[in-house]
Amino acid sequence: MFNETVLKTIFGRLSFESFPIHEPILIATFLGVVVIGLGIVGAITKYKLWGYLWTEWFTSVDHKKIGIMYIILGIIMLLRGFADAIMMRAQQAVSFGANEGYLNAHHYDQIFTAHGTIMIFFVAIPLVVGIINYVMPLQIGARDVAFPFLNNFSFWLTVAGAGLVMVSLFVGEFSRGGWLNYVPVANLQNSPDTGPDYYLWALQIAGIGTTLSGINMVVTIIKMRAPGMTMMKLPVFCWTALCSNVLVIAIFPVLTAAFAMLMLDRYVGTNFFTNDLGGNPMMYWNLVWIWGHPEVYVLILPIFGIYSEVTSTFTGKRLFGYSSMVYATVVITILSYLVWLHHFFTMGSGASVNSFFGIATMVISIPTGAKIFNWLFTMYRGQIRFELPMQWVVAFMLTFVVGGMTGVMLAIPPADFVLHNSLFLVAHFHNVIIGGVVFGLFAGIDYWFPKAFGFKLDPFWGRIHFWGWVIGYWVAWTPMYVAGLMGVTRRLRHLDDATLQPLFIIAAIGVAIIAIGIAAFVIQIVVSIINRDKLRVGDDPWNGRTLEWATSSPPPAYNFAFTPVVHDLDAWHDMKERGHQRPTGGYMPIHMPRNTGAGVILSGLAAVLGFAMVWYIWWLAAVSFVAMIGYGIAHTFNYNRDYHISAEEVAETERKNALAGA
Amino acid sequence: MTSHSPTVEEANGTAGADAAPPLFYQTEADHHDHSSGGTMLGFWIYLMSDALIFATLFATYGVLSTSYAGGPAPSQIFDLSLVALNTAMLLISSITCGMAMIAMEQGNVRGTQLWLAITGLFGAAFIGIELYEFAELIHEGATPMRSAFLSGFFTLVGTHGLHVFSGLIWIVVMVIQLGQRGLIIENRRRLMCLSMFWHLLDVVWIGVFTFVYLLGVLR
Repeated sequence: MFNETVLKTIFGRLSFESFPIHEPILIATFLGVVVIGLGIVGAITKYKLWGYLWTEWFTSVDHKKIGIMYIILGIIMLLRGFADAIMMRAQQAVSFGANEGYLNAHHYDQIFTAHGTIMIFFVAIPLVVGIINYVMPLQIGARDVAFPFLNNFSFWLTVAGAGLVMVSLFVGEFSRGGWLNYVPVANLQNSPDTGPDYYLWALQIAGIGTTLSGINMVVTIIKMRAPGMTMMKLPVFCWTALCSNVLVIAIFPVLTAAFAMLMLDRYVGTNFFTNDLGGNPMMYWNLVWIWGHPEVYVLILPIFGIYSEVTSTFTGKRLFGYSSMVYATVVITILSYLVWLHHFFTMGSGASVNSFFGIATMVISIPTGAKIFNWLFTMYRGQIRFELPMQWVVAFMLTFVVGGMTGVMLAIPPADFVLHNSLFLVAHFHNVIIGGVVFGLFAGIDYWFPKAFGFKLDPFWGRIHFWGWVIGYWVAWTPMYVAGLMGVTRRLRHLDDATLQPLFIIAAIGVAIIAIGIAAFVIQIVVSIINRDKLRVGDDPWNGRTLEWATSSPPPAYNFAFTPVVHDLDAWHDMKERGHQRPTGGYMPIHMPRNTGAGVILSGLAAVLGFAMVWYIWWLAAVSFVAMIGYGIAHTFNYNRDYHISAEEVAETERKNALAGA
Repeated sequence: MTSHSPTVEEANGTAGADAAPPLFYQTEADHHDHSSGGTMLGFWIYLMSDALIFATLFATYGVLSTSYAGGPAPSQIFDLSLVALNTAMLLISSITCGMAMIAMEQGNVRGTQLWLAITGLFGAAFIGIELYEFAELIHEGATPMRSAFLSGFFTLVGTHGLHVFSGLIWIVVMVIQLGQRGLIIENRRRLMCLSMFWHLLDVVWIGVFTFVYLLGVLR
């Protein structure tokens, strides 16, 4: 008896039963992760890279390195999220009639929850934030973001959240409440396990990181533009990044508050979202969707920016309708906040309310349509170079428009009453997220990779990557549209009607084709690194138009030896047209922020706090919380946060880069 | 290309004979001090995001404020005279916070510290009275678990109280840092942020006082 109390005090509700040793799939995965993990750790130790990684990367406040780390995090989590997708498709392809498939309901529910959560919070957000982090300061001619330390801290908070989700795979279990952790499923009485707690702590920690990053990016764009760059000379990508991050600041606090109230329900016993004592579960749905709908625009707006940059560069023309593009972006930003209720027309809020939200939703298609026409008119009579990024743009336009139109269908309340929660809806949002966000991310990675590393990505594997995704998407999701129209609802582990099975088998083939695309993407990166000397290009490989191409590739730590002065929208194109030459003398010392390990340490403590709270290990939670606050305060006593790069060092770096770029 | 490499003047076109060629690079030292103005804007935006957390809690309270679930209603448990006293504490602390800022403008380190300490004392009194009120309510059985109305009430008011408490910690840290380094530019910037934070808590409290207490008693 005494022993049990001591164990409970030390380990909370963590015990040997918390480890899923009876699940063969998880054991195999765990062994795989251990082998790969040990391999990586062993290699880093063998080549003595820990010191290098710590000083040059983990503690770096350089927006370019943080951007690259965000993108690496996103790609790693993409592999995890995609593994979940394969499992779901395989289960649904076989689980008909007497065949129960290979996943039990408990496990299957965790997989679809983890898939959605990971893909949005730990794949899409890190990749979008990573590209903004890398490109935006270069495009506005700045030397870093407004708050470099905060940037590093935001990144590590995101990693801490991702880490907690990964831990839930092998210690305890993840939520079964869907990607937004819906109540009443996620209420304590229905899910007394650790699942919703892992979800809540992981997303609270990562969410704070995203909010701080949003503030950072907005201040950077408003305060740190190069002289002459008025708001209407701001590159479109930066405009979309600005609007996206304004949205982040406007929505993430709502999510934080909603999750905090659900935490209080689960930990303290309050009655916000319970079914008794006055609680209101639909309040949770409203709050998470006030976050959730704008969130898809947080993701897609910067991607629209990427398409704009790519289209204008690869047609060799100024973007058609720049100001209409800017206004369309701003209108979408505002409207996105006014449509959340279309996610639950079936709540029963009445015809007038549903009409308002239905019409507001349809109105969004107008500015979005204007954007599509702007890209088409940019291409019209342009000298189109069909390189990889441009291929993604064309695939996007053909795919995304279909997703947009099914979205307008779903915005019609009477139609939505039929289509709500069906596979038609699931096909719709995969259509816009894969066909919009994912294609755009790959366009961005292919486009800016030579900027970041000085060599292009291998085009052969790039094309396999491209066709794998494009064909795979259509094969996987067209049958889901059909199944949805025939009435199949989402999140089903088993179907009785065997006549539907061919649709799900086709979808499984589609996901296998996408798998080829993803494999080709990884191979593309590896092959390109191996052949980097052959693929090496100059500073401006695509004949770019915006300022990021005005410095060396890869850029020096300080980005620009001299801050550029902007006269035109396509500033770099203008500079080239008017025969400017990069100066090679007269350098001055450059003021830069110092690296710091505080972000890693604070985020590590936050992850420990989250883990301790999930498992009710109160002493550890208290210790890590106090340590976090204490360390945070101690950090404010450090006033020595910057240094100068000497003029000689700048001259030396510029000389070397000029040789490499020539 | 010749082996001649361009200088800044040539790159900017100023060495050429053409009339008024454009300037492409900023050649003098980097003047724009991006830390101070940026910090004020950034902190202001952070405060707006914090205000949105309160907005969410207000909205939730608004939806749940009549869900008594057979438990106590606002008019039965709110003691307006206590709340009035508490409101006075917080409003006075805002005035003294303003005095600290005036002392800062005058370059008076001791004065700034003194007014900050007074602000902290009023803030602590506010927290003390709030805790007393909470203890009384819980003693009467009006716990956060009793009904959705009480969950919303305790969370909204408690979140505000937690902010005031964080402000108290910040004041202590600020007084120490002022003692160590005086009114250097970094500390002035931090003081400006602290003062904005403190006044925001005042604004939020006006909302709490009006919508939770006054409206609650009227209902």
